[in-house]
Amino acid sequence: MAKVVVVTSGKGGVGKTTSTAALGAALAQSGANVVVVDFDVGLRNLDLVMGAERRVVFDLINVVQGDAKLSQALIRDKRIDTLSLLPASQTRDKDALTPEGVQKVIADLREKFDWVICDSPAGIEKGAVMAMRHADIAIVVTNPEVSSVRDSDRIIGLLDAKTEKAENGGRIEKHLLLTRYDAGRAARGEMLKTEDVLEILSIPLLGIIPESEEVLRASNLGSPVTLLNPTSAPARAYIDAARRLRGELVEVVVPLERKGFMGRLFGRKVA
Amino acid sequence: MALVLAPETPLPGWLTALDAQIERSPSFFDNRPVVLDLAGLPREQPDIEGLMGQLEARGIRVIGTEGAHPSWQGVETWGRPLPSGGRATREVTPPDETSRRPTTPEPASAEPSGLLIDHPIRSGQSVVFEKGDVTIVGSVSSGAEVIAGGSVHIYGALRGRAIAGFAGNPRARIFCRRLDAELLAIDGVYQVSDDMDAKLRGRAVQAWLEGEAMRITALD
Repeated sequence: MAKVVVVTSGKGGVGKTTSTAALGAALAQSGANVVVVDFDVGLRNLDLVMGAERRVVFDLINVVQGDAKLSQALIRDKRIDTLSLLPASQTRDKDALTPEGVQKVIADLREKFDWVICDSPAGIEKGAVMAMRHADIAIVVTNPEVSSVRDSDRIIGLLDAKTEKAENGGRIEKHLLLTRYDAGRAARGEMLKTEDVLEILSIPLLGIIPESEEVLRASNLGSPVTLLNPTSAPARAYIDAARRLRGELVEVVVPLERKGFMGRLFGRKVA
Repeated sequence: MALVLAPETPLPGWLTALDAQIERSPSFFDNRPVVLDLAGLPREQPDIEGLMGQLEARGIRVIGTEGAHPSWQGVETWGRPLPSGGRATREVTPPDETSRRPTTPEPASAEPSGLLIDHPIRSGQSVVFEKGDVTIVGSVSSGAEVIAGGSVHIYGALRGRAIAGFAGNPRARIFCRRLDAELLAIDGVYQVSDDMDAKLRGRAVQAWLEGEAMRITALD
């Protein structure tokens, strides 16, 4: 049974697209058939982060409006053949998404794939609601700072009100993915503590992704961080999060970069 | 505390606006004493005698008038006229409810006296219940609000707004297990976070009205 996942946050710039690509690649590496869908119509980015921007012919809007077949719009990843991308349109806006069209596309993707991961646009308007509408599972991406936490709280409220599952009396499964976590700043008390974020949002924790230059480097090179450098701290955190998403019990630890005195001291033992 | 209603000309238009107001907040005038300020009406106002009937038909309880022209017949029997120059002790702005989703369907009979919600109230959500107490089993997030005609009980952290007794009930109270509220209000008397005693932050508290002042004390 296919699982539809929405990666959402309310606030922009917290790492939705990066997380979509990294989790999608991690799930695909374990052998599952995965498609990542860019719902950020008009501001598409997922194709860049996946390194597929020069292979886009048709997009989500073409499929929604019936101008292209789903198989024409899907782009298979060159590195992992179980990973596909359905890009967004850059020239249109969110109004081009129709509820019926989106429903049909998601239903068709459910037939073809094990995981359908939807990268939501920021905000709480039509685009974000369309992206979450048919999801079974929501991954709420949050940075450990107050504005991001409040926006995530708002999005959780929408997930409980505006998704198909919620409207049918069910409850959508929600997970918190804490990104851009800086262990140094957390130790100095300059960031919200993980416990505080969890207490406010009261949804289970999927993973903690450390702030790392590796993430930026991967985006600029057009590769999910879990493929570019699977042993880096953020990649290991994403791979663990993907395992938890599959239902495995993996203890949540904050992976550290293997450098600096402490890193060298403990890094060797593991390696 | 009384509300002051000041009818304006033309009267039919003013009554239509009043109806729209009542439609938005059906129990806004429930049990609220109302003073009519008639100074805004001209001496030759037609059908002044019918005004009282119009208001009674809407369930508005007039306790007195002021500013009535001495030539008007029968106006002195409308409640008891107050000494002139009386004014509302505060401005009353009824909450705009058009943007709120209804939280309770109105049953035909046996109206519930309380509303119980057993999930957290998230930022941006608003719970409005005019008929009585609201009990929340869970937290109320920053940017969320709970509005009750009666008392508000929160078994969790209160980080948003709690408004109790909003239809004119000064005996309503607010209880929460952890105070971190943005705003507390009872019958229109409010306190924002900055006004609250820092020592109460994070504690279980209750808030109530003592005259026109809000008191907040720890429960533990």
